[in-house]
Amino acid sequence: MSTTKKITVTALAAALGVSTLAACGGEAKDSADGGATSKTVTLVSHESFAASASVLKEFTKETGYTVKVLKSGDAGAALNKEILTKGSPQGDVFFGVDNTLLSRALDNGLFTPYEAKGLAQVTDEVQLDKDQHRVTPVDTGDICVNYDKKYFADKKLAPPQTFDDLADPAYKDLLVVENAATSSPGLGFLLGSVGKYGDDGWQDYWKKLKDNGVKVVDGWDQAYNEEFSGSAGGKKAKADRPLVVSYASSPPVEVLFAEPQPAEAPTGVATGTCFRQTEFAGLLKGAKNEAGGKALLDFLVSKKFQEDMPLKMFVNPVVKDAKLPEVFTKHGVVVDKPETVSPEEIAENREQWVQSWSSLVLK
Amino acid sequence: MAGPVVFFAVFFAYPVAAIVGRGLQIDGVWQFGRIGEVLGRSDILRVLWFTTWQALASTALTLLIALPGAYVFARLDFPGKQLLRAVVTVPFVLPTVVVGTAFLALLGRGGLLDEMWGLRLDTTVWSILLAHVFFNYAVVVRTVGGLWSQLDPRQEEAARVLGAGRFAAWRRVTLPALGPAVAAAALMVFLFTFTSFGVVQILGGPTFATLEVEIYRQTAQLLDLPTAAVLTLVQFAAVGGILAVHAWTVRRRETALKLVDPAQTARRPRGAGQWALLGGVLVTIGLLILAPLWVLVERSFDGAAGYGFGYYRVLFTMDPSGGAFLVPPIEAVWNSLQYALAATAIALLIGGLAAAALTRRAGRLVRGFDALLMLPLGVSAVTVGFGFLITLDEPPLDLRASWILVPLAQALVGVPFVVRTMLPVLRAVDDRLREAAAVLGASPLRAWREVDLPLVRRALLIAAGFAFAVSLGEFGATVFIARPDNPTLPVAVASLLGRPGELNYGQAMALSTILMLVCAAALLLLERLRTDRPSGEF
Repeated sequence: MSTTKKITVTALAAALGVSTLAACGGEAKDSADGGATSKTVTLVSHESFAASASVLKEFTKETGYTVKVLKSGDAGAALNKEILTKGSPQGDVFFGVDNTLLSRALDNGLFTPYEAKGLAQVTDEVQLDKDQHRVTPVDTGDICVNYDKKYFADKKLAPPQTFDDLADPAYKDLLVVENAATSSPGLGFLLGSVGKYGDDGWQDYWKKLKDNGVKVVDGWDQAYNEEFSGSAGGKKAKADRPLVVSYASSPPVEVLFAEPQPAEAPTGVATGTCFRQTEFAGLLKGAKNEAGGKALLDFLVSKKFQEDMPLKMFVNPVVKDAKLPEVFTKHGVVVDKPETVSPEEIAENREQWVQSWSSLVLK
Repeated sequence: MAGPVVFFAVFFAYPVAAIVGRGLQIDGVWQFGRIGEVLGRSDILRVLWFTTWQALASTALTLLIALPGAYVFARLDFPGKQLLRAVVTVPFVLPTVVVGTAFLALLGRGGLLDEMWGLRLDTTVWSILLAHVFFNYAVVVRTVGGLWSQLDPRQEEAARVLGAGRFAAWRRVTLPALGPAVAAAALMVFLFTFTSFGVVQILGGPTFATLEVEIYRQTAQLLDLPTAAVLTLVQFAAVGGILAVHAWTVRRRETALKLVDPAQTARRPRGAGQWALLGGVLVTIGLLILAPLWVLVERSFDGAAGYGFGYYRVLFTMDPSGGAFLVPPIEAVWNSLQYALAATAIALLIGGLAAAALTRRAGRLVRGFDALLMLPLGVSAVTVGFGFLITLDEPPLDLRASWILVPLAQALVGVPFVVRTMLPVLRAVDDRLREAAAVLGASPLRAWREVDLPLVRRALLIAAGFAFAVSLGEFGATVFIARPDNPTLPVAVASLLGRPGELNYGQAMALSTILMLVCAAALLLLERLRTDRPSGEF
């Protein structure tokens, strides 16, 4: 290639590049007339977030903002990413901090305080940041032991109902739980036992569970789909554990996602083994679109979004007048007295509890 | 050379250095004392020990089981060979979540072995080792077999004429020629198993942990960046050590070989020995690779109302009552293909440039660069991912929410494959051919096109197959920025498995089956792309 030729080509390429850039820039501008940058509000969440397209469209219709959802891993990983990128967040609103992680989020100063419109409709007991409103409660879910109805009917054995029952020799070798160090229901169940037996009693309880043949696997997927005899996967895998740590909402979901839908859920909930998780959302510090973020927070506690949640994320609404879908009222249970542990206490002891639990149960 | 260097500096070295630095610095002061502190912990030492020995055992076992396979695929002709070659690569793309399922069905309670001999291997280390063989079988078959099929059998025959026994001829002629390819395959398998994550998590239960699992836990769950940083450095050191050993064994071994057209070297099996070998390899593949895959296929058809396409039909519908996605799950296929094509293109470009540069030059610097290219295989996805998060957050490189990040991250893993599969072949090209072309007036580019390209086309396609498969099955980076309106196949499978309900489980199995089909079809297509014109007269 001669030098002149080279120069021509370079010039051409440069011209091309510039025109392409200009075209792109133009495009961005065109849509910016509709306010592309300011009209998008970005919600950062964990992998379990889900909402109906129609409901998100409704939000756009009411406020003019389009929601963009970014999912980044499981609940713990998603929060830790936000902590790492503090001040230069990936989005405007973060959804999915639960009460087991709340203190970590607040201590790191992730959120700009904002009192969502409609907070008055939200039940009192879930408002864990009432004074400052750095986070807004959005939903609750109960982590409970599920049982395989058919197994207990065949064995003519009453299914267990309480934490104490699980340590009863009648239920030897029947329970599978998740690793508290790696799984959110696993941690929830451990915290439930702490709530029930206190800081000085839970270890003895787990010793009993261990003697009673509790099996520990790494995550919910495996516990539920491979080891639990009441699930579709478990049936195919000839699973032999009729008790699993899952959610109070799992039985209705089993009905919902079956073809044809059975008259009765194949699984039940041991209501005396529950730990209540509350999930919060907050406006991220340094959000590019604060106004949109605030509008989105208002929307998360609106009746429309709250009534959409149960069928999408299998959680309970926190707004008093939100109605549960029929499949939940018919096949779900009401957990009257879930165990709870305060976020401060969890923050203080969590690592140490998980470590003692690991050396006690996994060794 | 500059292209690959810049690529690696921006998308690998800088993010990883940033996240490690964040862990080891307090107020700008380096805390090297942390290293000793972490390494003194008995639990960390245990993890390190387990990681090392299971990787060594897995590598040895994989070579033992897969090398006969490499021979059979290279030297024997049998019906369905191309199809089978594509099928053995399928495990490579399967999300580990699903592989766990398949292996438990094989080794666990009520599984095949349990039915036959009352043997249960789940939660033992054997299940981890076998799963590693399942994943990496194709690595050996493709890298070693690729070269083996191009070695001239007449060289061995010449040795036989000169009085060497069959084994001696193989040992003196073929084995030395294969050395670099075997070493490269062993290296890749070792790196893969050393940094194994999903397999160990699912099949090892909570009792076994590798360094990779521990780094993930410390980073993503506990946000203990100092410990994670130290562990990352340990992993670096270990991987660096392995690479050094590899470089030392391969050095001066990569000589010019006489390469021939693979179509001429494969023959129908002759004699009892070859038939027995073929039979043995087919049985192994059947038990170890086809059986777990079959479990998934079978479960995807096994609906509540008997066998049928029920789960597949559901995939095409938008779930009105609620689902994990804003699109019908089947759209994940298209998303995955787009990402995989982009990632393959990037990996081939960067890897091809790097391999060409490494062939042309020698010297310490270049060898160092060669090793650098391999490092992404030995660094955990979570480290790179978190590194991306804190470094690529400012214009012009604010890529955190950009779709291009996914193929870029996947290409990082694909490049080493491209380099490793192309290098032995490129180095085996006799320089005198290039010189002859140059003497005859060809420009360097033309010489490359006329001399190197026909010889390496095959390696290029094998490399492309790997890069494509890696990208198709990649989960770690994708889950990072997957958006609900464009899930990839593995991400979709994982989120379906994460929900209760028979339909979700069935759809996960159906999507996994589709993933396998897509992968096998893509690989078959690549095999077909090989032009049928005989490559040169040699």
